Amino acid sequence: MTVAARAERRLLRGWGRALGSVAEVIPVACTEDVVATLADGGARGAVPRGLGRSYGDAALNAGGHVLDTTSLRGATPPALRGDRVTVDAGASIGELVRDLVPRGWFVPVTPGTRHVTVGGAIAADVHGKNHPTDGSFGRHVESFRLVTPAGVHEVDDRTDPETFRATVGGMGLTGVITRATLRLRPVETAHMRVTDQRVDDLDATLAALESAAARYAVAWIDASVGGTRLGRGVVSTADHALRHELPASEDRDPLALGPERRPVAPPVPVRLVHRASVRLFNRLRWQAAPRRPTARVAPLTSFFYPLDRVSDWPVLYGPRGFVQYQFVVPPGEARLLTAVLEALVREPVPCGLAVLKRLGPGDGAPLSFPMEGWTLAVDLPVAVPRLRELVTGFDRAVAAAGGRVYLAKDACLSPDTFPTMYPHVDSWQRVRDRVDPERRLRSDLGRRLGLTPEGGDAG
Amino acid sequence: MRDALGRVENVFVLGGTSEIGLEIATALVEERGARCVVLAGRDVGALDAAGDQLRAAGAVAHAVEFDAADVGSHEELVEKVWSEHGDQDVTVLAFGVLGDHEAAEGSGGAASVIARVNYLGAVSILTPLGTRLEEQGHGQLVVLSSTAAVRPRSNNYVYASSKAGLDALARGLGDRLAGSAVHVLTVRPGFVHTRMTEGMSPAPFATTREVVARQVLRGLDRGRSMVYAPPALRWVAPLLRVMPRALWRRLSERV
Repeated sequence: MTVAARAERRLLRGWGRALGSVAEVIPVACTEDVVATLADGGARGAVPRGLGRSYGDAALNAGGHVLDTTSLRGATPPALRGDRVTVDAGASIGELVRDLVPRGWFVPVTPGTRHVTVGGAIAADVHGKNHPTDGSFGRHVESFRLVTPAGVHEVDDRTDPETFRATVGGMGLTGVITRATLRLRPVETAHMRVTDQRVDDLDATLAALESAAARYAVAWIDASVGGTRLGRGVVSTADHALRHELPASEDRDPLALGPERRPVAPPVPVRLVHRASVRLFNRLRWQAAPRRPTARVAPLTSFFYPLDRVSDWPVLYGPRGFVQYQFVVPPGEARLLTAVLEALVREPVPCGLAVLKRLGPGDGAPLSFPMEGWTLAVDLPVAVPRLRELVTGFDRAVAAAGGRVYLAKDACLSPDTFPTMYPHVDSWQRVRDRVDPERRLRSDLGRRLGLTPEGGDAG
Repeated sequence: MRDALGRVENVFVLGGTSEIGLEIATALVEERGARCVVLAGRDVGALDAAGDQLRAAGAVAHAVEFDAADVGSHEELVEKVWSEHGDQDVTVLAFGVLGDHEAAEGSGGAASVIARVNYLGAVSILTPLGTRLEEQGHGQLVVLSSTAAVRPRSNNYVYASSKAGLDALARGLGDRLAGSAVHVLTVRPGFVHTRMTEGMSPAPFATTREVVARQVLRGLDRGRSMVYAPPALRWVAPLLRVMPRALWRRLSERV
């Protein structure tokens, strides 16, 4: 059976459920499949889609082809050579962790969910709680195999830095990654030495993140209180636990990962995330955290993957879904964090999750999100009145402050504001025009931001 | 491409000189950031003039010739709009004639003009339009029906029957396209103060085109399949449907 014959036309949605479109979904199992589907083209182009964790429309391609890359993996386990591993791009971070941790290795950068593919992690240039120390995912990619409409390329940062950097953070619009070689971090145990501390306001939260000496640091913010308590939260810092730091009960098998438990959220026809429920939840969560820095040893998965505790949690936001708004502003522009949090409290927007992190300098990939500064991610239910005006105002302020929003989360950035946030988009477009002159790689995100116009006079 | 907060780029209005259609387009430009509006109608000069309102609001407006009664030209029109102007995020079917009911009562010719434009024209354009939107894989389609579609009166039954046909067509198409990321919104305004109704005595629940446009935008945001204008008609319409015939006749003679 030809690759195209396996196509199935169906409705796909972003992880935030606020956007969706219908596409021909084509499963691809190997590099040759990708070559064949890209050659076939179709009038509305193609975009790769892994585990569908981008919140907006990055992995959607209305009326066109969507290449399902989740079956893009061999029967063989990841090949480990020294501190390098070569994996198929459809493998997930979770599978990698399950395979590598017992052998004493961990991924150098991981996002807040392990259900992302390696290809997706490169295409979104994901970052973790260790960005100031270790940079984003792309920094640890030795090389990858990229399928473009022109052919198959082995790409690394030394021999073809332009294509490498356009693909890291390129949201799948320069080609389809089918294999990658990553540099790993050695670990002695499958545990983390975590220190939690609750803090009373934004200044204290920022100070705790700034002074964190540990490799990993993150703050959860209670976004439902304002005034003198604005920006209060819980700061968690962590390092990989060394073997001698483990309690005796874990010492026998220090690299063993615990079992995966994943309760599934029930499908709910209504939105459960409301002002009262969120206020209560946030308050209890804040109060449960220790007043003074308190150390604990926790399994690695529970520290890194809090979002994976419940599958399909976005259903809690009801049928209209939510926007995860994540932006970064330079270190001197922390006043914008105050402004956004104040606006959310004033409106009020029931914000079930607000996460603040420090980022280090970016690595020069034109569409990559991380840059030096503060990054705040907030979940905003679409059903909130006046959300459009609010978010438009945030976008303008973030752009004016020299910051940007994260394309892997974005569902509402306007094409006018986008180039201000990503000033090197021209250099990205030059590379894209070289590797994909006919613009066969297209997505709804690309259409919305004017990266991949559809024809007509409005693009 | 529509974004998660309901902002759109391209709008296509069938019946581009219709006051309600134009009001909806203007609201989409002013409140939802639409950048390009294609106005389709019989009189290109009048469409150009109508486009000034949209240009003043900051959009690009194009006029394209379209005659609802000329059913043979419809498929070509749809192809032309898509090839020249790209994907359409919101398409508004706003054409229609009220007709002269007294003339329609006495003349099969006059009556069939109403049916030809309001119903046959809609069947003929909505069919290729539905296919095009389905291929496009996203989009919103707004169909202007009428509260008259709920129950005909002795003094508007030809018009009412044409709107009832259109209403059924739109709802059926909406059901067919459910799950296709194409959203069909059927709109049932009551009596709207426009040129079309000038000189007529307003029925109860009379409303304005601004209210209709506001209801349409709300319905698009919320993914509704049906909205009324004014919104209170949503609760009144089921009563109209079940009212005993004698009472209905007596009430409808008064308006």
